[in-house]
Amino acid sequence: MGEDRARVICYSLLLALVFLGIWQASVAGNKPGKGLPGPVAVAQTAAEMLANPFYNNGPNDKGIGLQFLSSLGRLAIGYIAASVVAVFLGVFLGLSPTLYRAVNPYVQILKPISPLAWMPLFLYTIQDSGSAAVLVIFMSSLWPTLANTAFGVASIRKDYLNVAAILQLSWWRRLVTVILPGAAPAVVAGLRISIGSAWVAIVAAEMLIGGTGVGYFVWNEWNNLQLTSVIFAILAIRLIGVLLDAGLGRLSRKLAYAD
Amino acid sequence: MAFLEIDHVSKTFPAPDGRGHVTVFRDVAFGLAEGEFLTMVGHSGCGKSTLLNIIAGLEQPSAGGVVLEGREIVGPGIDRMVVFQNFALMPWLSVFENVRVAVRAARPTWSTAQIAAWVQRYVDMVGLTGAEKKRPAALSGGMRQRVGLARAFSTEPKVPLLDEPFAQIDALTRGVIQDELVRMWTASRNTVFMVTHDVDEAILLSDRIALMTAGPDVRLAEIIEVKIPRPRTRAELIDDPEYLRLRTHILHFLMEVGRRSPVQDELAATTGRTATLKR
Repeated sequence: MGEDRARVICYSLLLALVFLGIWQASVAGNKPGKGLPGPVAVAQTAAEMLANPFYNNGPNDKGIGLQFLSSLGRLAIGYIAASVVAVFLGVFLGLSPTLYRAVNPYVQILKPISPLAWMPLFLYTIQDSGSAAVLVIFMSSLWPTLANTAFGVASIRKDYLNVAAILQLSWWRRLVTVILPGAAPAVVAGLRISIGSAWVAIVAAEMLIGGTGVGYFVWNEWNNLQLTSVIFAILAIRLIGVLLDAGLGRLSRKLAYAD
Repeated sequence: MAFLEIDHVSKTFPAPDGRGHVTVFRDVAFGLAEGEFLTMVGHSGCGKSTLLNIIAGLEQPSAGGVVLEGREIVGPGIDRMVVFQNFALMPWLSVFENVRVAVRAARPTWSTAQIAAWVQRYVDMVGLTGAEKKRPAALSGGMRQRVGLARAFSTEPKVPLLDEPFAQIDALTRGVIQDELVRMWTASRNTVFMVTHDVDEAILLSDRIALMTAGPDVRLAEIIEVKIPRPRTRAELIDDPEYLRLRTHILHFLMEVGRRSPVQDELAATTGRTATLKR
């Protein structure tokens, strides 16, 4: 098992080295400032940006750390609000098959709409680009959690609900001792899908609204033709995405139960 | 009026083909005196578990009703805690927590320390000391049902309802847990309603045994009294002439009602399936 793992890591690192080598070789002939930058140039930029991630020289010149913090702040507000609403609604839908069937067509219609398509409506109605971006995050992380919670609650074994009924547990006690723990694996699976799509949406939303955030940073660096910064930002965005997913992955292992 | 009165209860389901109704059982009427242990024995599909669910308040009778201490049962309640055939322990809670949920619900005014002490008492009583922090998935079937019994009896229900509690437990363990149930019941002297198809189990535990005919359209055939003095042990029962007489009587009865035409058998099988699904 351990040997297997070591071999997997070896192969992965080897693949990365081969990729970086080809990349570096293919841009070797380019003059500085022309064509795509190579990995060495990107690494230099990364080192520079990471040396001082939190500087603030006015609206168009902030450190990468500040950009990520402002994106993560938006993500947190929109995602947490959406998750609370989705879990709450999902519990109701999951407990009532009638309600579920009545609401399901609307969920199916709303779910596939790109969250960014709401942006103009949000901008028009609330007249504030920052809040509009948060609402886009809200819309992007609502549906997976809602659908998964409803499914998870509906699939809780009838016996557990019968026990709760016999014990005459209050609505709240029933929720926290039976319904939420019973549906938890499905809920967390939904939360995990949601945070992925929210992180994807925030970058695009920030490109549109401007100001701060990692999406705006990428667009701004493109306008400055700083491709090394763009490439570094792409890698950093992916890294944060992986960390967010891993965090929820740990949570899901903790809440899993064997029947 | 008896302590627990089953008053001419009938249960029908809509027929699978959508036309009319299938009667599971009809006009079942008997009473349990306070402190009495009554067991219902019948073929699978005779609706005995359905009747237990009706007493629990989890299902509604199609006609008739159930009266406990002079009040009609309209829904589930903690005074009629069920021990389930498939245990129905919350898999995300530990042994201790599974029992604690019930005690906390039964004794809302108690302090946390009081509740914990009470839970520990019942966990010890069923021999699970040391396994308090384990989840049900880590336990054998026998140990799980011990938790089920501790959970039910720790709430001191007026009428514990036992729904084939030992059906999924291997024969050797079954005997040990039956002895534990006898001990717990002797201490509490609750009124108990149990459903089983294990004749020996019924005789060992019961004051009276209700026999159901085979399905469809099941009736209560007879109620026989078990006059073997308590305390009873399985070892002593084997040689008791009264035990042998009752056992033969019940087995003959079950074989008699089981001897039906193939058409009836098929009907019984289909309604039986409907009844189990509804459970």
